[in-house]
Amino acid sequence: MTRASPPPEAPARPAARGSGRLRVRSGRFPWPLAVPALVGLAFLVLPFAGLLARAPWPTLGTRLLMPEVRGALWLSLTTATAATAVAVLLGVPLAWLLARTDFPGRRVVRALVTVPLVIPPVVGGVALLLALGRRGLVGRYLDAWFGLTLPFTPAAVVVAQVFVAMPFLVISVEGALRAADRRYEEAAATLGASRAVVFRRVTLPMVAPGVLAGGVLAWARALGEFGATITFAGNFPGRTQTMPLAVYLAMQESPESAIVLSLVLLGVSLVILIALRDRWVGAL
Amino acid sequence: MASRLITGAAAGLVLAAAAACAPVDGSDGSAGSGGGRAERTLTVFAAASLTGTFEELGGRFERERPGTRVEFNFAGSSELANQIAEGAPADVFASADTQTMDTVAGDGLTAGDPVVFVRNTLRIAVPPDNPAGVGSLSDLADSGVKVALCAEEVPCGAAAAEVLEAADLEVTPVSRERDVKAALTKAELGEVDAALVYRTDVRASGRVEGIAFPEAEQAANDYPIAVLDDAARPGLAREWTEFVRSDGAAEVFDDAGFTTS
Repeated sequence: MTRASPPPEAPARPAARGSGRLRVRSGRFPWPLAVPALVGLAFLVLPFAGLLARAPWPTLGTRLLMPEVRGALWLSLTTATAATAVAVLLGVPLAWLLARTDFPGRRVVRALVTVPLVIPPVVGGVALLLALGRRGLVGRYLDAWFGLTLPFTPAAVVVAQVFVAMPFLVISVEGALRAADRRYEEAAATLGASRAVVFRRVTLPMVAPGVLAGGVLAWARALGEFGATITFAGNFPGRTQTMPLAVYLAMQESPESAIVLSLVLLGVSLVILIALRDRWVGAL
Repeated sequence: MASRLITGAAAGLVLAAAAACAPVDGSDGSAGSGGGRAERTLTVFAAASLTGTFEELGGRFERERPGTRVEFNFAGSSELANQIAEGAPADVFASADTQTMDTVAGDGLTAGDPVVFVRNTLRIAVPPDNPAGVGSLSDLADSGVKVALCAEEVPCGAAAAEVLEAADLEVTPVSRERDVKAALTKAELGEVDAALVYRTDVRASGRVEGIAFPEAEQAANDYPIAVLDDAARPGLAREWTEFVRSDGAAEVFDDAGFTTS
């Protein structure tokens, strides 16, 4: 590869994206970085190779056609997508508050946003039960006033996923908002745009890559969610049994089935993420 | 600044590594015959439902045999069986059902035949105020009663299926929980009106009422124990399997709600 001509299809992208191809400007290969990078990559990929090596290829087809698998996959994809939508609707304004306003206790709020990242998801699930369960802090009123009980419903799956996934989106969008050049917003404001118009027409387009990257992270996290889901939403095939739950229970009986289910989840998510990346998510 | 941080971190790592390499002394002052390293460690893989009793018995076992340590790995029986099949280092395996043990023994992973040492029966666990007024197994079939059962892949779920079949009942649970403790938690929190759990779980919880039902006897879980073929301490492992079948151990098991034969 010559140093003068950059690859034609590579547009200018933020420097922080994961690199698709190793490109070095000077002739020397950067070994001090490449060695740990390759070790890191191998560490991430090796377990996957283990899965592939142990996969029961001859019976793969019949195992895939089981109706439970399709049910769990469909539930996983729909709930993860719904959870991502909710996380964007609630998380972007939250990120904006954290990045652009100054209110007392903002540091505390920012720390609180990261709580779901830190606590084990199973504990998160118990916490959700204690808050939104039939006898929970808020849940008892939902039950008494509206006859609404969340646990053991697909809605509970979405709630659990939003709980664990939204912090990824908030952090990602907040970072994008902080990195964005505020002079564009100020210029728009001096030209008479209202705050709402500035947010919609200037701020959002500027941080769109951050929102998309955060959304994809949140979606992936929601798709793999296990602990909070099985604790808060329970496990019932076709209603609250998502793929990770199906994988866990399959593991109890036959590791082979669990491997097949994992591969399905992996394959589907890779296809979706790669397709997304090519279409919209340049920032990833 | 950054380089100083890195140096500090590196120094910390070196210190940690040095500490890890230092010889381990006997934790208390009583040095055994072989000086500071006389410790013999027995590794026991046991069903999660044995946690309380085995920990108590482990303490006694250690006190009776100075220089001996018992380490436990508690988890669902089938999960443990998988770990053993994958080569996890264990001396003894105690399963919550005979099927799981049969799988392990069938793979030639046990030394000698497994022996049943305790038995556990199912109870209906209801929240203290029993909101749905559950009084018998047949009440669980009522569509207005929210029931949590264990997933059929785990022993308590298989036992639940068995009693329900014996009673000729069709129960649609709101959830098939991953293990018996998860089912119990749902009843403790009042999220379900009833859960089928073991008598030992009701006894250990204290926050649910246990309702006995005659069909429970038909699906009692026998707990087998076996020394593993790959045991690093086969002698000590055999001592443990005899210890858990002693009269002293029987008292501990009875207190916890198990039945000993």
